[in-house]
Amino acid sequence: MNLAERIDAVVIGASAGGIEALTALLPALPAGLRPPVFIVLHLPRDRPSVLAEIFARKCSVQVREAEDKETVVPGTVYFAPTDYHLLVDRGPQICLSADDPVHHSRPSIDVLFESAAEVYGDRLLGIILSGANEDGASGLAAIHDAGGVTVVQCPQTARVPHMVLSALELRPADCVLPLDGIAGMLRTLKTAAIAVPID
Amino acid sequence: MDAEVSAAKAAGREFDIELRLLIDAIYHMYHYDFRGYAPASLRRRLRIAMNRLDCRTLSQLQDKVVHDSAVFPALLDFLTVQVSEMFRDPAYFLALREHVVPLLRTYPSLRVWVAGCSAGEEAYSLAILLQEEGLLPKSIIYATDINSGTLQRASAGIYDVERIAGFTANHHKSGARTSLSDYYTAAYGRAVFNKSLKDHIVFSDHSLATDSVFAEVQLVSCRNVLIYFDRALQDRAIGLFREALCRQGFLGIGAKESLRFSSHAGAFPDFVPAERIFQKRAEL
Repeated sequence: MNLAERIDAVVIGASAGGIEALTALLPALPAGLRPPVFIVLHLPRDRPSVLAEIFARKCSVQVREAEDKETVVPGTVYFAPTDYHLLVDRGPQICLSADDPVHHSRPSIDVLFESAAEVYGDRLLGIILSGANEDGASGLAAIHDAGGVTVVQCPQTARVPHMVLSALELRPADCVLPLDGIAGMLRTLKTAAIAVPID
Repeated sequence: MDAEVSAAKAAGREFDIELRLLIDAIYHMYHYDFRGYAPASLRRRLRIAMNRLDCRTLSQLQDKVVHDSAVFPALLDFLTVQVSEMFRDPAYFLALREHVVPLLRTYPSLRVWVAGCSAGEEAYSLAILLQEEGLLPKSIIYATDINSGTLQRASAGIYDVERIAGFTANHHKSGARTSLSDYYTAAYGRAVFNKSLKDHIVFSDHSLATDSVFAEVQLVSCRNVLIYFDRALQDRAIGLFREALCRQGFLGIGAKESLRFSSHAGAFPDFVPAERIFQKRAEL
C-alpha cells in the first residue's frame, strides 16, 4: 500500500528552529491534499499566535488555527492555539484543553500525538522537527506502537537537534530525512487523480 | 497487519469500553455525570489517574472506585482539578473593566456567577476587580464547582507564595488600580486572601451537567470549562447561563471557546469579540 492511500492524518511537532523547518515543509503540501495536518509548534505563551495567518499565505491548502469541537476537514492544516493543548477526538473532531503543561509546554506535542494515535492508529504519520526539549518523544513512540509511520528530521540538518535525538532514543523512526526528503513525502499525500474512461 | 499493531488496536477498543463502564459506575454510585465530557480529554486524564493510582487497567481503577470510597475523591481531583491563575488572560479582565463594568454600575445590586471555579483564582480576581471599581460592597459572587474538596480549598483562599509574582504581573496588566498585596497576608510560604473579599463570595456545589439555575445574575464568567464538554453538554451549560442571566446580562468564556455549536448562539450577540464576551439579547 502506498503512503497516500494509507495515511489518514499527519501530525507535526517542532520547537526551536521549527518555524524555519515548517517554512520549508508546508508549501510542499499539494493542492488536493487528502489527510488533515495537525501542528504543535512551541511559542512564548504571552504572544497571540499568528502562525496560521503567516503560513496561509505560503500554502496552497487551507491553514487555520484549530477551534474547539470543530469537525476535522480533510486536507486542512490546523495549528494549535497558544496556551492550549490540541487533541484529536473521535469523529474526528478537535478538542482543546487547558490541562497542565507537559515538558513545560502548552501546547504539548506529546498530547497531540498521543490523542491522534488513539484515533488514527496505524493510519497516522508523525513527524518531529527541530527543537530544544523532550516533548514529542513519547508521543512519537505512541504512534510507532500503534503501527503508524514515524519520521524525524535528520539531526545533522536540524537547527536544534535535541528534540529529534530524544525521539530517536526512545524508538527507531521509520525514516530519518532532511527537510527536502520530508517535503517530498508530503507532496505525495493527495487523492489519486481519477482516470475518466473515454469512449 | 502485524501482531503488535492488532494488539494495540484491541487495547484501544478495550480502553474505550472500560471508560464507558467506569463513567457509568461513577454516575450510579456517586451521582457525578461525566457522560457528556469530551472523550479525548477524559481519556488523557484517566490515563494519568490510572498511572498515579497504581492501576494497570481502567477496570482495576473501577474496582477500587466502587469498593473503596476513599479512592473516588482522589480520582475526582484528576478528572476536575485545574490549576488556573489569578487574572489569567489579563486582557479579558481589562475588557470587563472598560466595557462591562460601566453597565454593571447601573444595577442597584450585583450578582456574578463563576461557573467551574476550581481553586478559586477567577472568583478572587473578579472580587478584586469589583473592589477596585467600587462595586464589591453591593456584589455577591457565586463560585460553583462539582468538586467539594476543591471548593473547600477555594474558600480558604490560600495560594503558594511562589505563584504570587505571576498573579501580580497579570493583575497589573488587567488595568489594576491597587496593588495585589493589599488583598492578602503572606506567611510561611503561603498567601492568604482577605476576608473582605471572601465575605462577598459564596462557594457552592453545582453541576453544569445535572443541576439547574439557582439565581438571576448580571455576569457569568465560565472560562476553560466548556472545552472539557462535548457539544451537547456545552449546549446544556450555555442554556443554563442564558436562563440565569438577566436581560442584557454578560457572558465571558475562554479565549479559545466559542458558542458556534450551541443552539443558544443566537441569544448572545458579540460584545467584546476579541475577549469572548457576549451580551444576552434583550428578548421581547
